[in-house]
Amino acid sequence: MNRVLTVIHALGLLLVVFSLTYLLPIITAFLYGDTTLLLDFLLAMLWTAAAGLLMWMLTRRFRGELSIRHGYLLVVTMWTAMPLFATIPLLLVIPGLSLTDAYFETMSGMTTTGATVLTGLDNLPPAINVWRHELNWLGGLGIIVLAVAILPLLGIGGRQLFKAETPGPMKDSALTPRIADTARNLWVVYVAITGVCIAMLKWAGMSWLDAVCHAFATMSLGGFSTHDSSIGYFNSPLIEFILIAFMLIAAVNFATHFLAWRGKTLAVYRRDTEGLATLVLIVASCFGIAYFLWWQGTYVDFQTALRHASFNLVSIATDCGFASVDFNQWPIFAPIWMLFLSSIACSSGSTGGGIKMIRTLVLVKQAGREFLKLLHPAAVNPMKIGGQVVPNNIVFAVLGFIFLYFISVATMVFLLLISGLDFMTALSAVIACINNAGPGLDQVGPAGNYQGLNDFQTWICTLAMLIGRLEIFSVLILFTPRFWQR
Amino acid sequence: MKILILGAGQVGSTVAESLVSEANDITVVDADASKLQQLQDRLDLRTVVGNAAHPSTLEQAGISDTDMLLAVTQSDEVNLVACKLAASLYNTPTRIARIRATDYLKRSELFSDENFSVDFSICPEQILTDYIVKLIEFPEALQVQRFSQGKASLVGVRAVEGGPLVGNPLNMLRSHMPQVETRVAAIFRQDKPIIPQGDTVVEAGDEVFVIAATDHIREVLREMRREDQPTRRVMIVGGGNIGRRLARALENDYQIKLIEHNKHVCERLAGELKRTLVLNGDGTDEKLMQQEHIADVDVFCALTNDDENNIMSSLLAKQGGARKVIALINRSAYVDLVQGGKIDIALSPAQVTIGSLLAYVRQGDVAAVHSLRRGAAEALELVAHGDRKSSKVVGRKVEEIELPLGATIGAVVRNQEVVIAHHDTLIQAEDHVIVFVTDKKMVKKVERLFQVNLGFF
Repeated sequence: MNRVLTVIHALGLLLVVFSLTYLLPIITAFLYGDTTLLLDFLLAMLWTAAAGLLMWMLTRRFRGELSIRHGYLLVVTMWTAMPLFATIPLLLVIPGLSLTDAYFETMSGMTTTGATVLTGLDNLPPAINVWRHELNWLGGLGIIVLAVAILPLLGIGGRQLFKAETPGPMKDSALTPRIADTARNLWVVYVAITGVCIAMLKWAGMSWLDAVCHAFATMSLGGFSTHDSSIGYFNSPLIEFILIAFMLIAAVNFATHFLAWRGKTLAVYRRDTEGLATLVLIVASCFGIAYFLWWQGTYVDFQTALRHASFNLVSIATDCGFASVDFNQWPIFAPIWMLFLSSIACSSGSTGGGIKMIRTLVLVKQAGREFLKLLHPAAVNPMKIGGQVVPNNIVFAVLGFIFLYFISVATMVFLLLISGLDFMTALSAVIACINNAGPGLDQVGPAGNYQGLNDFQTWICTLAMLIGRLEIFSVLILFTPRFWQR
Repeated sequence: MKILILGAGQVGSTVAESLVSEANDITVVDADASKLQQLQDRLDLRTVVGNAAHPSTLEQAGISDTDMLLAVTQSDEVNLVACKLAASLYNTPTRIARIRATDYLKRSELFSDENFSVDFSICPEQILTDYIVKLIEFPEALQVQRFSQGKASLVGVRAVEGGPLVGNPLNMLRSHMPQVETRVAAIFRQDKPIIPQGDTVVEAGDEVFVIAATDHIREVLREMRREDQPTRRVMIVGGGNIGRRLARALENDYQIKLIEHNKHVCERLAGELKRTLVLNGDGTDEKLMQQEHIADVDVFCALTNDDENNIMSSLLAKQGGARKVIALINRSAYVDLVQGGKIDIALSPAQVTIGSLLAYVRQGDVAAVHSLRRGAAEALELVAHGDRKSSKVVGRKVEEIELPLGATIGAVVRNQEVVIAHHDTLIQAEDHVIVFVTDKKMVKKVERLFQVNLGFF
């Protein structure tokens, strides 16, 4: 019990920090002169801060060091509590929104999924849209990473939290000696690239509000939009091109961006095998799918096919989730291939989801090792990625992760099927949610959204988003009996 | 010359042995008294027990009036420190260090006078690796030695029935290959040297030494034996210093399999090497060899630290069908015993590497020394200085030079070009003259021939 209280103590403090993030929509509401909304957000901020303070004060006797177990517990409770508090403004502003749907929406925001249950996005007040997109942006690099960066109090055990939240199998390579410095540097890079993205989108013709919102959604690979028809609303090849570029940037490990920025060199990208694999796979797929669509006669000329194929494919493959056309209408191979890429293509340490390219590489190389072992039983053949040896314990961890990933997908698909959903919708919804991609196919495709799901189905999808974002182990470990044993 | 040798290991003792016979004052320093005792029992030299990087030990060994320091201990760091001490405390004129770590060798500024004050660094493992690489490149050759930065080469090859020149006199060579200039420097028949003349007939089984421009080696080899298949598959036993370097040097051009018995070493090697297939097993395990298709292996190299293992695994490989087997053998008695039998090439690391050291030690202007036939013969690259008056070679034709019997001038490298020596080739100042000496005892005479007569300065 003490352990839980220690975690609640830290959680309270994190919630107080989180309450500061309401400032952005408050400023927006102020700029647009929307007093009601301003008060709503102030109220939400106060509730969150008060709840946080209360938890913090009541449990201060239990203040203590955060161990590995604390780390997992804190990360998971934080990632369930934050979306809960974030629903307050939505529930206050949007009439008739159920808690289930509001929670789905904020979870989708924070886990950078970008799936929505709302319609009429174009008519939502600017402050609400800014709030949704800010959740995207905060969730992208990880709110706890941000907290580690700015709160020295978490210094002890900070590395455990950092590990539990950052995606990817190999997390021990610290960029700087101090974990707080690492977190701070990553956020500086993140903020800087987002700034550039905002400027370029504004230059390409978006309004300031749209530019900020879409830059947030792009860099976090979240995929929320301020328009029901997503990026299709702008119908601008230039905007699509800029977004493709930034989505690809965000799909590469931010540690690599940081090293490039610190060393003022592009050479580090050439050494980032995982990032290269991500880019090569996505770019090659763009051309392949474009050719496929042109060949199938979906688009009359190759340029149009290439434009739509690359934007939508990059968007889904990087787990962003924008759409510019209804790709659900494409021949089935194309959208299924896109969903497949969304499961494997993103780099670890990026803001995307899925099993990550590094695990895909490990999986492929492990298959190669097994073949070699059959041909040369005496061969010593360590796994090497980019010239670096990957220790066997990481290989096993990766295999275990991928196994759990498939088990989770299968279980949730079955649950959705039991609840009466059709197979394609169920499968694509689970894959899109666990990869934090956003739109699926058929009922939850780019033309529709998750509004049509019943409460049970919505909760399954919410759970899928959470375990996808925290990479399964961090969440499921709480459900093992051993975790609670002393 | 007074020479101080630090380290009585493989390299140190071989160097000591070959320098003692050349009338030098040798002192050997090592921390291991028993090694020194063995050395002193055999050779006429002084030994000092102690840490070679301590000034007191060096002083005890008489470093203050030493002409040359050879730091060849196992440890790069000790060698570096000893050179630095010798330079800053005792002003030793020449300092040579054995440096193995590529990390040090990459940064040549480390060896400058401000830093570690190393005049020359040698890496025996690298020399040996380069040597084996050449043997694999030319699988027909018994020996390939390079002169003048690789422009000219001396190859030793065993003549085999079916080679175009075998059974014919040497002067046929010119009509067989009109565009290629070569000179046969020596022929050994049943281990006895024959001075080659134009009418000497090459017999099957002869060991023929030919000097030619490096680009022409392949044509020359083709004269002595039918052309073999090009080398594609190489198997190495032993993942030590040499095996690892060899695999790294070859892995981009050949298909390499490396057998090492230590699991941990295997894992390190497999991480380090990119394309080599690392196998964990015993080099003398014939089942493993069969499993890895020993019959298809073109060159098999046994490079462990253990002579007996190398010999046994080479014999097994040969029996299993490997085309050419090379065994690394430290004990010189074994080398003579084994070479020419089933094992194609018995490599003595000491004999291969000693040349580079001897080049620094020898008097006169010796640019390169290569030991041939396990040290019995030698090939020297000497620089001719002075003019017709002060020198005994410059301004004279080859036939006029009073070479001792058994020594032949094979080629001259002049302005980066290889000139194959004929009886009327005129030696000019600053020529690099490549001399083949069939008996090591004559080396001194040859060197004296090239010394400039001091009276004329």
